[in-house]
Amino acid sequence: MAGNSDTLLKVEHLTMRFGGLVAVDNLSFEARTGEITALIGPNGAGKTTVFNCITGFYKPTEGRIGLRHGDAAVWGKLEALTESGKRSHFATGGALFLLERMPDFQVTQQARVARTFQNIRLFPGMTVLENLLVAQHNGLMIASGYTLLGIFGVPSYTRAEVAAVERARLWLERIGLLDRADDPAGDLAYGAQRRLEIARAMCTDPVLLCLDEPAAGLNPRESHELNELLLSIRERDGISILLIEHDMSVVMEISDHIIVLDYGVKISDGAPEAVRNDPKVIAAYLGVHDEEVEDVHAEVGL
Amino acid sequence: MAAGTKNGRTYTARAFREAGITALLAFGLFLPLIGFQTVTNIRNELILNTRWSLLFAIVGIVACGRLFYSLVVAPWLEARRLRPVAATASAWRGFVGKWFVPFAIGFAVAYPMIIIATAGFGGALKWVDNFGIQVLIYIMLGWGLNIVVGLAGLLDLGYVAFYAVGAYAYALLAKEFGFSFWILLPLAGVMSSFWGILLGFPVLRLRGDYLAIVTLAFGEIVRIVLINFVDLTNGYAGISGIPRPSFFGIPFNADDNGFAAVFGLEFSPIYRTIFLYYLILALAFLTAFVTVRLRRLPVGRAWEALREDEIACRSLGINTTNTKLTAFGIGAMFAGFAGSFFAARQGFISPESFTFLESATILSIVVLGGMGSQIGVAIAAVAMIGGTEIMRDLDFLKQIFGASFDPTQYRMLIFGFGMVLIMVLRPRGLISTREPSVFLKERKAISADLVKEGHG
Repeated sequence: MAGNSDTLLKVEHLTMRFGGLVAVDNLSFEARTGEITALIGPNGAGKTTVFNCITGFYKPTEGRIGLRHGDAAVWGKLEALTESGKRSHFATGGALFLLERMPDFQVTQQARVARTFQNIRLFPGMTVLENLLVAQHNGLMIASGYTLLGIFGVPSYTRAEVAAVERARLWLERIGLLDRADDPAGDLAYGAQRRLEIARAMCTDPVLLCLDEPAAGLNPRESHELNELLLSIRERDGISILLIEHDMSVVMEISDHIIVLDYGVKISDGAPEAVRNDPKVIAAYLGVHDEEVEDVHAEVGL
Repeated sequence: MAAGTKNGRTYTARAFREAGITALLAFGLFLPLIGFQTVTNIRNELILNTRWSLLFAIVGIVACGRLFYSLVVAPWLEARRLRPVAATASAWRGFVGKWFVPFAIGFAVAYPMIIIATAGFGGALKWVDNFGIQVLIYIMLGWGLNIVVGLAGLLDLGYVAFYAVGAYAYALLAKEFGFSFWILLPLAGVMSSFWGILLGFPVLRLRGDYLAIVTLAFGEIVRIVLINFVDLTNGYAGISGIPRPSFFGIPFNADDNGFAAVFGLEFSPIYRTIFLYYLILALAFLTAFVTVRLRRLPVGRAWEALREDEIACRSLGINTTNTKLTAFGIGAMFAGFAGSFFAARQGFISPESFTFLESATILSIVVLGGMGSQIGVAIAAVAMIGGTEIMRDLDFLKQIFGASFDPTQYRMLIFGFGMVLIMVLRPRGLISTREPSVFLKERKAISADLVKEGHG
């Protein structure tokens, strides 16, 4: 089954069991290039587990997670790559990765999938600028000749570092934290920390940005700013976004495509408008069975 | 006003109550320890003496001390915490911060000259060797361990193992093959580093307390192997007659081709000591320089990021295993350098020099100095190692406490007291703020409250 020409991420039959608990059950979905895909569902639906599987923090019990770079023709190699037992396939003009086979840091380093966390995970004792430089570790590491050349202060490393600082500066400008560049990240306000974490993930130069509840704990103004930021990441940088969110004002406003999970099972998949009116989704969110949805609607006057 | 008086009265009452409780505790504790004394009399019988006056004197001192603390020190500490930092104080601090490092480096370089000028050739030997070289070895070890514990946040209780590897590498290779010090110095570093990485591979998947326990065990394993592998290491007896380093081929002896004769000086052991002093000073500077450089390289930033949050590191594509291994390997390498210098300086090594107490001393230097701070570590090493050395010759105390008073016996007591004081006043070490490795507009020190200590 070769993917669509614009498929970026393909999750197939993903199952994750923790002992007897099935957190994610036979989940399949696709995320397309240049789109914002939202993964929603009630608490405990298994959204973060899916994220952890995609970003390599969990090894899924079953299933395949494919990601492509560049030319969509590489999807044709998916079966061959799966058979071969390798993690990735590089072709001219594109590459294909099987994320479930890669350790967490390689998912970011090679497959270029960046992520943020539900509970913010910045480096609180390092400055805002340092946080963004740590994110550019792999590029700088090569520029510093794996430290050996950097110790002697070779000019090529100095240039690379200046470029890295410049890149960090651009991102600080975009998230409005340029004035706070030299302050410790732990001193920032909550909303600013959220924005910084997104900027830090973007500094790893990803093709897919996975955001775990980016709007959690933000006030309406901040979550509006977040919408603008995410849309600009999609438009200006052309980066696809996969996001978990509870805040429906964020989800409905910016998503191109929504997948709804409930108890680890996909119950709906489609455009925001279609999902919003899906009785199964309404039932899941209101906590009633499908048959009772009409009654509930009548009751609350929908 | 009325409220103030009331507060003041309750405060005083509380202070007295606390002093009373302290006195009771002290009485309970010291009654068996000081109140009774067993003495063997002439017929070889044990006789129980009571020392009530001494007991009550000590209990009184303890109670007064507590009263003083509650009435004077505690309010002062409280006020100090609430008072904003005065502008003059911060200006003074800025001045000290700016000139402290150049002054300290200058002093370290000029130290042998100053000592010779004040104590003469004979007296200088002890001060340069026992004091200067000893302190510098520990500064270097502290800086080396600082990479592992202070920057990468990996608690290593077996650091002395790498020091031992360096020392034995130098001793064995120099004796067996007659290689010179300058060849063996890097070789010892490489060997220690190799052992660091070898240990790191299985161990660095552990975190926190577990890592500490395994590194502690590794330190002991190395020491026990050194004791029991008699064929190679000569066991408890140690290795003696280790070749001493020469001045670029010119030996320090009384021969015609010795250092003194070549340079037309009168022979004195001080020349070798001064040479060794500058050697360890250069090695310590090398450690400091490399650490400063590393902190500004991606690998150094990755170490600190690892200390702050390991999971976030992995989410940014940092290979945490390799990053930890480099920290372990580089820290071990500096211990290896220091170890080979130690062997060359002593001319004799035995497993006795590499006990757990050494690891604990080096670790406490790092913790006292403030984890991650090089200046703090250097100050702590001077205070701890230099302080204990100085306490060996506090002869003036004999004039106060009488001729039978032996100051060396009280070294550890005073030492422990100092440690408690540091814990109370500066729980995060002497220099607890963190210097950012890079800045856009201005370099601001980061408060210790935000900096994590690492947990693995």
